[in-house]
Amino acid sequence: MGVLVNKDTKVIVQGITGKQATFHTKQMLAYGTKIVAGVTPGKAGQEVEGVPVFNTVKDAVEATGATASVVYVPARFAADSIMEAVDAGLDLVVCITEHIPVQDMVKVRRYMEGKKTRLIGPNCPGILTTDEAKLGIIPGNIQKKGHVGLVSRSGTLTYEAAFQLMNAGIGVTTAIGIGGDPVKGTDFIDALELFKNDPETKAVLMIGEIGGTAEEDAAKWIKENMPDKPVAAFISGRQAPPGKRMGHAGAIISGGKGTAADKIKALNGVGIEVADTVAHIGETVVDTLKKAGIYDECHTC
Amino acid sequence: MNIHEYQSKAVLKSYGVAVPEGLPAFTVEEAVENAKKIGTPVVVVKAQIHAGGRGKAGGVKLAKNLDEVKSYASELLGKTLVTHQTGPEGKKVGRLLIEAGSNIKKEYYLSFVIDRQTARVVMMGSEEGGIEIEKVAAEMPEKIFKEYIDPVIGLAPFQATRMAYNINIPQPAIRKATKLMTCLYNAFVGKDCSLAEINPLVVTAEDDVIALDAKLNFDDSALFRHPDIEELRDKSEEDPKERRAAEAGLNYVNLGGDVACMVNGAGLAMATVDIIKHYGGEPANFLDVGGDSSPEKIAEAFQIMLDGGQAKGIFVNIFGGINRCDAVAAGIVEAAKIISDDGKSLPVPVVVRLEGTNVEQGRKILQDSPIANVIMAPTMEGGAEEIVKRVKAAQ
Repeated sequence: MGVLVNKDTKVIVQGITGKQATFHTKQMLAYGTKIVAGVTPGKAGQEVEGVPVFNTVKDAVEATGATASVVYVPARFAADSIMEAVDAGLDLVVCITEHIPVQDMVKVRRYMEGKKTRLIGPNCPGILTTDEAKLGIIPGNIQKKGHVGLVSRSGTLTYEAAFQLMNAGIGVTTAIGIGGDPVKGTDFIDALELFKNDPETKAVLMIGEIGGTAEEDAAKWIKENMPDKPVAAFISGRQAPPGKRMGHAGAIISGGKGTAADKIKALNGVGIEVADTVAHIGETVVDTLKKAGIYDECHTC
Repeated sequence: MNIHEYQSKAVLKSYGVAVPEGLPAFTVEEAVENAKKIGTPVVVVKAQIHAGGRGKAGGVKLAKNLDEVKSYASELLGKTLVTHQTGPEGKKVGRLLIEAGSNIKKEYYLSFVIDRQTARVVMMGSEEGGIEIEKVAAEMPEKIFKEYIDPVIGLAPFQATRMAYNINIPQPAIRKATKLMTCLYNAFVGKDCSLAEINPLVVTAEDDVIALDAKLNFDDSALFRHPDIEELRDKSEEDPKERRAAEAGLNYVNLGGDVACMVNGAGLAMATVDIIKHYGGEPANFLDVGGDSSPEKIAEAFQIMLDGGQAKGIFVNIFGGINRCDAVAAGIVEAAKIISDDGKSLPVPVVVRLEGTNVEQGRKILQDSPIANVIMAPTMEGGAEEIVKRVKAAQ
């Protein structure tokens, strides 16, 4: 189980002939992901790691019946690639590419209105359903099977968290990296809703950071909609000065909004425990599971 | 990326936004010369720095004659202005804007930003102009009006008109106000801005609507399609270390303390700054070395952290995903070769925590080429505590 993808999901890699994409196609295949096609205009007929390449997403879908794609296309062309995948009627598009102009993403979001496709990212590490499939760049060896859903705005913190959970004997259903950009396809509430409806997921770990108010909105949503699944959290950027962009385009405190203190306060306010340092994410989850009486059930590895 | 007010006004003017007549000046002579050219009874001498709050800090002066222009220009050029946005160290004034004085009847606020939740450009306006919008938002939220813009349609005329009436622009100035809004939106989209803020927007005694101040910020990810904007970059406004890091493809923010860190990934880098502070250290920087660290890049990162004697200790915190631990370890060895005379030491304690891809190879590299001052940390928590302890002991 898990959410969004499983071992049967047929996946296209957009930009498959690029260096990073080729490397990660190999990794995704090794994990067991059903990569059925690649897309690079002008490269139809070639193969990458045994995967046939097509000129367009439409051709790839018609030939293979794929329902999902992962985008590694360079930033200045990536927005167009997402729209191509949406146009081809895919259920899911995961965009790894970083540095896509924000106003390009505004157009993408407008284009997606009324269409069925779900977008994850951009500027994200992708998603990984344990022992089934991975779309993106999350290392496969640090996440064990279990009952905690993981959703994060940061790539490396996703790995760090999965690793700490593994060391604490806590397994994960699906890890979703939603990405560090201000305008993106899927936010915390969307991911939480997926976990809410997944019977395998018994609890959620949410990793946020400064900038915007998505964590505050999620806190409110959890209180109103998901009282039965405990949530633990971590927020990075407590020491970030206002007005300075901390790496991610979305990680900036501006107009007095988006501070770590605000987010921690909002989460604590609805009974969510927030790890005091990045080193205590695993412990905080264990603590939350114990308080909810589901630690034994979630101690799966 | 930020630019100066006079540059923002030039960009906006090219889109048809009404701005006061003005000319930049880099010297006192130029200031007087430009005031003569403008020739209005009152000219404004405005310090050009990348920070708001200049008026309150004494960076904006009204001059009634050329002697006053001369004396204000002499006073401001070279002066360090401390505003609520510059930090206590302030910013040195190297440029002035000499501008025609305006006959202000009332001040308003107008801006465009991108709203994360709706994924739309939003126009915000208020009749409470000339004060910080955060203050208005906190004290009189009902005085802020918003219009969410469909990117396919652009700013619809009815939206601009509604905004103009909502913020109580006087009837004779309505058309001029809506034109300014439309032009400002076109500039925002045309140049990939992340912020376009006019504070104050003014209606003059003659019922003209002009942008008395202008602040544009640009999306760094879109600069590739705006070489004209990239050219406006004033490097003297940027932290020299941040500039050097950007040139090396490193994501670095100077935080002023003495416990440095080098991390992969923005989220983990922020969290590492936080954990240094948690254990009582003063973070020197945020530094994300990114996903493809060559040894040369790591070595450059070390030199930037150590430059000027700022870092008294360095915490290397790597979780190898795309980034391989062996490449980072090789980078540390490379840094020691470049930085020290004997090629086998670093000038300050360096605590290294490696985890993830190729961690064993990474640890082996550091064991095989021992560098004086490099300490391996078994855990992140232990590493953070260790570096803070060592920096404190050295003081």
